[in-house]
Amino acid sequence: MSNGVAVLGVGMHPWGKWGRPFVEYGVAAANAALDDAGVAWQDIDFVVGGETVRNGYAGYVAGSTMARALGWNGARVATCYAACASGASAIEAARTRILAGLSDVALVVGADTTPKGFLAPNSGERWDDPDWLRFKLIGATNPAFFGLYARRRIDAFGASCEDFAAVKAKNSLHGLANPNARYRKAVSAEEVLASPVVADPLRLLDICATSDGAAAVVLASDRVARRHTTRPVTIRSVSTVTPRFPNVALDLPDIATDSAAAVAPPETGFRPSIAAAAYEEAGLGPGDLDVAEVYDLSTALELDWYEDIGLCAPGEAEKLLRDGATSLGGRIPVNPSGGLACFGEAVPAQAIAQVCEITWQLRGQAPGRQVEGAAVGLTINQGLFGHGSCVVVSA
Amino acid sequence: MTASATVPAIDWFTSGATPALLGRRCGACGTYHFPPTAAWCANPACRSDRLETVELARRGTVWSYTDARYQPPPPYQPPSGEHVPFAIAAVRLEREGLIILGQVASGYGVDDLSVGTTVEVVTEVLERVEGVDRTVWKWRPVAPLGGGGA
Repeated sequence: MSNGVAVLGVGMHPWGKWGRPFVEYGVAAANAALDDAGVAWQDIDFVVGGETVRNGYAGYVAGSTMARALGWNGARVATCYAACASGASAIEAARTRILAGLSDVALVVGADTTPKGFLAPNSGERWDDPDWLRFKLIGATNPAFFGLYARRRIDAFGASCEDFAAVKAKNSLHGLANPNARYRKAVSAEEVLASPVVADPLRLLDICATSDGAAAVVLASDRVARRHTTRPVTIRSVSTVTPRFPNVALDLPDIATDSAAAVAPPETGFRPSIAAAAYEEAGLGPGDLDVAEVYDLSTALELDWYEDIGLCAPGEAEKLLRDGATSLGGRIPVNPSGGLACFGEAVPAQAIAQVCEITWQLRGQAPGRQVEGAAVGLTINQGLFGHGSCVVVSA
Repeated sequence: MTASATVPAIDWFTSGATPALLGRRCGACGTYHFPPTAAWCANPACRSDRLETVELARRGTVWSYTDARYQPPPPYQPPSGEHVPFAIAAVRLEREGLIILGQVASGYGVDDLSVGTTVEVVTEVLERVEGVDRTVWKWRPVAPLGGGGA
């Protein structure tokens, strides 16, 4: 790939509920990625941080927080916030600077320390903040939105709670051997179905936890990459698209959709449009994929993603799951890392962690969860307030 | 006159016996907006600032629904001080082409709802602040309780 950007190094700090400053996790992940790349920190010329909104000012300026913690080296710096999509935005900032010839080797880091329980808005009286208002006026938590989407699958496609539980069971087996996963325990569908309902029809074990964790990647130009490896893993495309008007899906954290009274909705809805843009830029399609990491905030949402990334037609995700196609050993394994089901969500790190996993998969360095012969992988998620996030990576 | 100490918590709906949500309708292209805070049209091909505040249809159909079995974090406060699970519905207004989220009226749960159930806007107390009941809109199934919703 003449216009490729190489993933030279990847690293993570294990996910958990460690209760330590997010900077510690970020530095650990950054050092792991630098070691993996064989690149010295002093040679990094651009640092991008994924912002966390839960850790004060240091989190708002995550890029410089990490640069300072690693020891000022004069690198250019940026911080990206796109909610769950922050990591993809950060990767895109580094990638485009490298593609423009302005940087040779960049470090992208995301880290978070999260509170227990529901993710909540910032405190204070914030009557002009839609995220605050959905809690204040409606008590609509993130799981409430996941419940709305899950109910649509049941109503429109005949999905069942047993299908949702089977997603968790699959992912729990995938993550058993992943040293960075927080939950490494087989969970049966029966256990999911026996857990308490949180947001009907979803139960506690259908919904991902919030976690502490960090992930980092070192990206480099082809020229630099060739000095370090003969078989670099290449980023083929990054999609950070926004919706097209009118967006008639009720997306987090909105209280209402756009109006379709005057303009018909676009043929492709927002979520499928995220992957479509990534496929187009990469010159690849869903048939080229060997592995995918999708954002399973809930079990039911993983099924939505199967359709949104084109693994099957709308309404066929349950069949794909039941046939074992998305399990390790199947036609197109999804979430071999164990996904959010095994990690829990560390918001600014998560999209970077997805790219770490695909990189390990394409290098054949994912013992216990390896997709044999994987050559092309995709990561996808969606951030609050209209942020697409999709990365296509090839060996 | 303590009985009159009831005000909307936010100016997004009308009060009284037949409350309605307020939206803004674009005078140029006809696009609706909710909440009624839009200052210009959201249609990228229009961008007009001739928006008129209008009452939205009082009735719509349930697009999807869920509930909150656990108490949401602040700023949500249970009106009675203690958490009582409540249902939430996303409701489609046909003419406006909007889907609008809201709690479902007290006394109704997910068993009273289906995708497609007809609901209408009511107001209920969100919180009591210094002796004043502040209200919020909710969606109430039009069919009476026990009328076959489950």
